Amino acid sequence: MPKFLIWIAALAALIALPHGLSFSQQEILVFLTINVLLVASYRLLTLTGEWSLGHVVIMGVGAYSSALLTKKLGVYVPVSMLLGGVFAALIAVLLSFPLFRMKGFYFLIGSFAAGEIIRLLWKRFRDPFGGAKGIKGIDPMPDFSVGFYQFDFFEPTSYYYFAGVVVAVCLWILWRIEKSPVGLTFHAVHWQDKLAQASGVNVRAYRTLAFAIASGFAGISGALLAHYVGTINPNAFDIDLMVFVLTWAIVGGTATFYGPILGCVVLTVINEVVLRELGLEQMRPLIYGAIMILSILFLPNGLESIVQKFTQRRASNGAPERSPAE
Amino acid sequence: MLDLLAQTGLNAVYAASYISLVAVGLVLIFGVMGVINFAHGELFMAGAYAIVALYAGLNVPFFLAVAAGLLFVGCLGLLMERALFRPLKDNPLGGLVASIGFLMILQALAVMGFGVRMVHIPPVTQEVIAFSEKVRLPVARLYVIIAAIVLLSALWYFLKRTKFGWALRASAQDPEAAALQGISITQTARIAMFIGAGLAGIAGALTAPLVSVNPHMGHSVIVTAFIVIIVGGVGSLEGAIVASVAYALVHTFVTTFWDGVLADIVGLSLMLLVLIVKPTGLFGSADRA
Repeated sequence: MPKFLIWIAALAALIALPHGLSFSQQEILVFLTINVLLVASYRLLTLTGEWSLGHVVIMGVGAYSSALLTKKLGVYVPVSMLLGGVFAALIAVLLSFPLFRMKGFYFLIGSFAAGEIIRLLWKRFRDPFGGAKGIKGIDPMPDFSVGFYQFDFFEPTSYYYFAGVVVAVCLWILWRIEKSPVGLTFHAVHWQDKLAQASGVNVRAYRTLAFAIASGFAGISGALLAHYVGTINPNAFDIDLMVFVLTWAIVGGTATFYGPILGCVVLTVINEVVLRELGLEQMRPLIYGAIMILSILFLPNGLESIVQKFTQRRASNGAPERSPAE
Repeated sequence: MLDLLAQTGLNAVYAASYISLVAVGLVLIFGVMGVINFAHGELFMAGAYAIVALYAGLNVPFFLAVAAGLLFVGCLGLLMERALFRPLKDNPLGGLVASIGFLMILQALAVMGFGVRMVHIPPVTQEVIAFSEKVRLPVARLYVIIAAIVLLSALWYFLKRTKFGWALRASAQDPEAAALQGISITQTARIAMFIGAGLAGIAGALTAPLVSVNPHMGHSVIVTAFIVIIVGGVGSLEGAIVASVAYALVHTFVTTFWDGVLADIVGLSLMLLVLIVKPTGLFGSADRA
């Protein structure tokens, strides 16, 4: 019962949250919501032990395909967002053929190269990708009403609610996947790949599956972004954003489902809200870099290790927590 | 047409010179420390800003400023070794994340000290060697080429003929066995970081008057260096040099005859192809990865 109440309180807080914020903070909140999905999908990929540097470009694949589908073919926006995710997953399956011949460091570099090639292709070919300037005037999400609430998508608050629902559904699906036998197999592929292979698990197929699912959700987050800001260009999906995603995941910790999300939320709040309020505009990258270094030096298991300390103390009084198979 | 080919070839030799300086440093650090130094492009940038501060700002003679840049960036390397890579020895992703953090700090410092816009540096020399009407080599570029040949030869001599060099190579091949022979792993790590960073610094310092110096110039440098060390084989210095020359030739010719973005695509595709076909690179063996 108390757990149920906590969920209700959290939901109410999330609904009330934008009303206490300034307009620019509301916009940051929308980006944060989208980034939560991005980093949560990235974690699914890291479950199989692979760290990609192409994830943000895959997000861009979702953004570009959804934008082009609405612009060139007049596809209804929510449908095109879904198709953006499907497209990103398909591209991931194609990329898996060259990339999954590599592991570890080579996969990291290979995924970077593959992503960068895709990004440069957007830059090089003005038709249909719009070249360096990208695509402008992407159709916004059409307004609609659900009786008690009128969605007006020029308002960040409305888009926050919409994106929030989409992201919540996606997170739920990602959570279910992780807890399913398939998700447990992902863990096995990471920690016991030889044993998994010997037990008849097709390791390559499961790695591809994780890559495709993660990329599909990254694509949806990209589509959410494209139809919110209205313009996308190749530089929006460059290595800088990828570095942020990597940092969120590592600072938050990847042993739990909530770790990367925690990292994303905490670092975004520090970066966008605290440092901005303090008037340290120019020093933001410096402080951000210092936080990265300090957290990897002194908190190698991520922010989640702090949370775990608290929950484990509580859990020792009640039922033992089920920890992920590691 | 022959003129154009000759000129493009000269441009490629110049490009190969500074790329190989950067890439060899990156390989040296990776070989000895087992760390991928993502901040290597920013060390190049730091070398260029040393010239901005000393040569353009304080009118220090150019070559003195270059030497100071080498020392300064070498010391940055020592700082990274002590503060980041040594404590994170047992954390495979740690060194990577820490070097990304360091990269952001260096970029921010450059922005705070010198502004975001590119800086103009007065040319060191206007002299040009003219081989013919259309084939010309500016002397400033010749400096870079000479420096690369001299420094890389010196490095080769140091690694293959001196005791320190042997120790360095030994601890790159097998740190534990090297430590058992009485080689100080910390000492070799320091030397490798100083040399590796210093090479990036001197490459940045020498090319500073020839390129647009800005806080984000390290990005394309690190991408190029990664392509080169992958194609050459991670951990192989000879491979890095050969791959630098090959990459510079391909990139310069594609840029001249088509365009720069396509040249980048071709370069990255070559790297991907090498990763698929022979992940250890053209010269690499499967030792440290």
